[in-house]
Formats: sequence, C-alpha cells, structure tokens
Amino acid sequence: MPPLLYLPAALAVAFLVLPLVALVVRAPWRSLPQLLARPEVGDALRLSLLCATAATVLCLVLGVPLAWVLARGQFRGRRVLRALVTVPLVLPPVVGGVALLLLLGRRGLAGRYLDAWFGLTLPFTTTAVVIAEAFVAMPFLVLAVEGALRASDRRYEDAAATLGASRLLILRRVTLPLVAPGISAGAVLCFARALGEFGATITFAGSFPGVTRTMPIAVYLALESDPPAAIALSLVLLGVSLAVLVSLRDRWLTGGGPS
Amino acid sequence: MLVALAAALLSGCGAAGAGSAPDGSGRTSDGVVTVFAAASLAEAFGDIGRGFQQDHPGTTVTFNFGASSALAQQIVSGAPADVFAAAAPAAMTTVTGTGRGPAPRVFARNRLEIVVPPGNPGDVTGLSDFARRELTIALCEAQVPCGTASRAALAAAGVTPLPDTLEQDVKAVLSKVRLGEVDAGLVYRTDVRAAGSSVRGIGFAEADRAVNDYPIATLAGSRAPAAAAAFVDYVLSGEGRKALAAAGFDAP
Repeated sequence: MPPLLYLPAALAVAFLVLPLVALVVRAPWRSLPQLLARPEVGDALRLSLLCATAATVLCLVLGVPLAWVLARGQFRGRRVLRALVTVPLVLPPVVGGVALLLLLGRRGLAGRYLDAWFGLTLPFTTTAVVIAEAFVAMPFLVLAVEGALRASDRRYEDAAATLGASRLLILRRVTLPLVAPGISAGAVLCFARALGEFGATITFAGSFPGVTRTMPIAVYLALESDPPAAIALSLVLLGVSLAVLVSLRDRWLTGGGPS
Repeated sequence: MLVALAAALLSGCGAAGAGSAPDGSGRTSDGVVTVFAAASLAEAFGDIGRGFQQDHPGTTVTFNFGASSALAQQIVSGAPADVFAAAAPAAMTTVTGTGRGPAPRVFARNRLEIVVPPGNPGDVTGLSDFARRELTIALCEAQVPCGTASRAALAAAGVTPLPDTLEQDVKAVLSKVRLGEVDAGLVYRTDVRAAGSSVRGIGFAEADRAVNDYPIATLAGSRAPAAAAAFVDYVLSGEGRKALAAAGFDAP
C-alpha cells in the first residue's frame, strides 16, 4: 500500500472516532446514575428498543421476500423496481415522514379510508413509529439480502433439486442457510437504522413521552433544556449501538457462514 | 458532472461574497447580518428583513427561524448569530446570562389562540375541549416558549389537557393542524393569522393570563455589530412596529 494513503486514512479515523471520544469525555459521569434513573429515560429507551425490534421484524417478513424477487425474479422492470425500493435509503427522512403523513395520515390518500372504515388513525401512535422506522430501514435489509442471494452459489440448489427436494425444502434447508449471514448483516443494519431514526418519526408519529418519543427525539429535546441529560442519553444510545454490533458480529464469526 | 457541481458551488460562493462588498451609499454596511428568531416571527421578520435591506443597501439579512430554546442552545454552542429575537425572556437569558453584550429589549407581545382545521371537525369551542380524550390534540413541548404559555393558559382555565403529541416548535403544531392530523392545537394569534384560511382561530379568555414578551438583542460575539445594532433599531422603529402589528403582534 502506498504510504501516501496513511495520512488521509488516519484523518478519516480521527474524524469518525474523535466526536465519540468527546461524547465520552464530556459525559457527566458523576451524575450519570441519577440522570439515567429518571423515568422518562427508561420510557424512551424501552420504546426505542421495542419499536426498532418491531420494525426489524416487519422488514424481515416483507424485505426478505422482496430481496428474493429482486435477486431471482425474471421480469421486465426489475431494475426500476430496485431503484424504487432504494429511494427511502437516499431520501431525507423528514421527507419520508411527510410522505407517510400524506399517505397514512388522517386525511391521507389511504389514511382517510382507514379512519372512515375502521376508525383507525395511525399518526401519533407507537405503530406510526414502527412504520416510520421500517420505511427508512427496509432498504438496508433488502439490499444486503439481495447481495447475499446474488453471491450465493446456485449449484447447491440445483444439486438439491436433482436429488428430488421440493422447492420449499430447498428454500428452507439450502438457500436460507446459505444467505443467513447476509440476512443477519441486513437485520443489524436495519435495526441500527431504526434505532437512530429521527426525522420520519417526529414528522409522522409526533413526540409524546412513552408513546412516540424515542431516544433520538429525547436527546434532541433534552439538548435544549438539559444538555447533561442529552449527553447521558446519547451515551446510552451509543452503548446500545455498540452492544448490538458486537453481539451480532460474534455470531457471524462463530456461525460458520460461507464467507 | 462532479466538476460542474463544484463549479456551481464555487460560483455560488462568489456571488454571496460579492454581496458583502461595501457600497457607496455612505450607510453602515458590514455585509451579512444573521438573525436567529423565534419560529412565530417568520412572517413579520420576513417583511422587516426586506424593508431593512431596502433601507441599508449592501447589507443582507439572513434568518434562522426555530424554537427559541433550540436557537438559544445553538447560539451558546457557537452558532454564528448577530441578533437573537426570542419568544420568551427565558430563552434570551440562556444566551445573555453571562452578562456580556447589550441588554435585551422587549419589542413585541403575543397571545395564544386555539387553532382548528377548517370546518372544526372536533367541535372545539374552548380550552375545556383540550381535556376530551377522543380528540387528537397537539401542544408545544413544555420547554419551548409556546409550550410554557400553553401550560400557563390551561392551568389558568383549570383544564388538564390530554395532548397526543408535544411538538418541538409552534410552527410544527400549526402544520399538524393544517394537515388535518389533529383536531386542535394552541399556537400564537400571529400564527393563525399567517396561516390564512387553511386554519381557523378561536380566541379564549385565559389568553390574557399567558402573554409572551418577545425580547431582542445583539449578540456579544457578532462579527457585524454595527449592522446588527441597525437591524435591532429597525425592528424597534415605526416601520418595524407596523410590520409586527400587521402580523398580529401587540406593542410591548
């Protein structure tokens, strides 16, 4: 490797790591236990973990089949479909929130019928948080799983088919295990993105303690009134993110994936 | 394509730089005045900014509108602001608390109004409706000036509200009402006026018990102190008063 690259690489590391160091250094360690013992912190953390988990499950249930269609489907417009599915990835989340409001809000294109026929209004509910998070996070999962499916060796599936396995059995016993590392990588990205979601959530779901006020929103609000509390909350979020990353990283390494 | 983008960015910077060149009119002109102002001032200060720029050729005013508490925090963290206009003295104290810079001056007062979507789907008539569980209600977050005022007004009316969302600034409450997503919210009278026919305002007696004073001050760290002071003078002048009155603000 040309030594010339070390300097910008070192700058990149400093750029990515130093802000987090500052967060840790400036953290009010002494008052941390009191700050974190407040009920609203527990509420926000519980809500964040619950919603991010639900959003990840939703993304898995809908996103893995979609990745399958994108990777293996033979039809016209597949590339257009992939581009459409990727839009939420590059879209500013606030715009996503506005779009969700215009579709699923009480006066939205579909929301008005939900309201009229079922008396169901989504905005300002915990469900709305899950929907907003799934909207921005699903492309991460879809792209990861699609990549894994494309990279997987189809000869294993062909061999299973010649041995008489049904298509469902092949899916269950051959293909899914083959792409499992891709799915868990996608799920981790998806969960992390959902956990950090702010813009779409505050726009579509609003902000109410215990119902829709997730950790990132709590951090944002606390920064205005109580900066030490905001730092403490940020620290928790950083810890949760690292824990998720590390725990699943171990599973990938010891799980014995084909990579 | 990247080259074209970079060129466009550079030329954009060049144009902005040219705006700060001194002019020959003899008036003070130190380029750009950056004004951080409460979200509720957006319309009135838009007019005031245009008038000020006509009066001071060569000086450009740029605005950053938001929740006063959020803006105060940005200023304390070093955001490059020359003037701060807050919707409540508390947010101003966050900024001027260190005692540096000129004392803030109150330039306007504002009062709350109930805001409902056109047609008033929730049949809202007064503050007591804010306790109805079946209605969807938006209020400002408690730490934001409009939230503090809302709490005071509701307490004065003896109403325990059941809000569904606590928004980060007054314009966010207004937009939720405009979109028809909530049945009622509490915003400033000026916001109702600015929204025109897209919402309906309902006055209430307790509004007198929660009137907001709006202070304005130049900031100690300003890089354009003369222009900043000129802008504050303009806001306090007859022209400024007229624009504020047109937007629905009361004189201090």
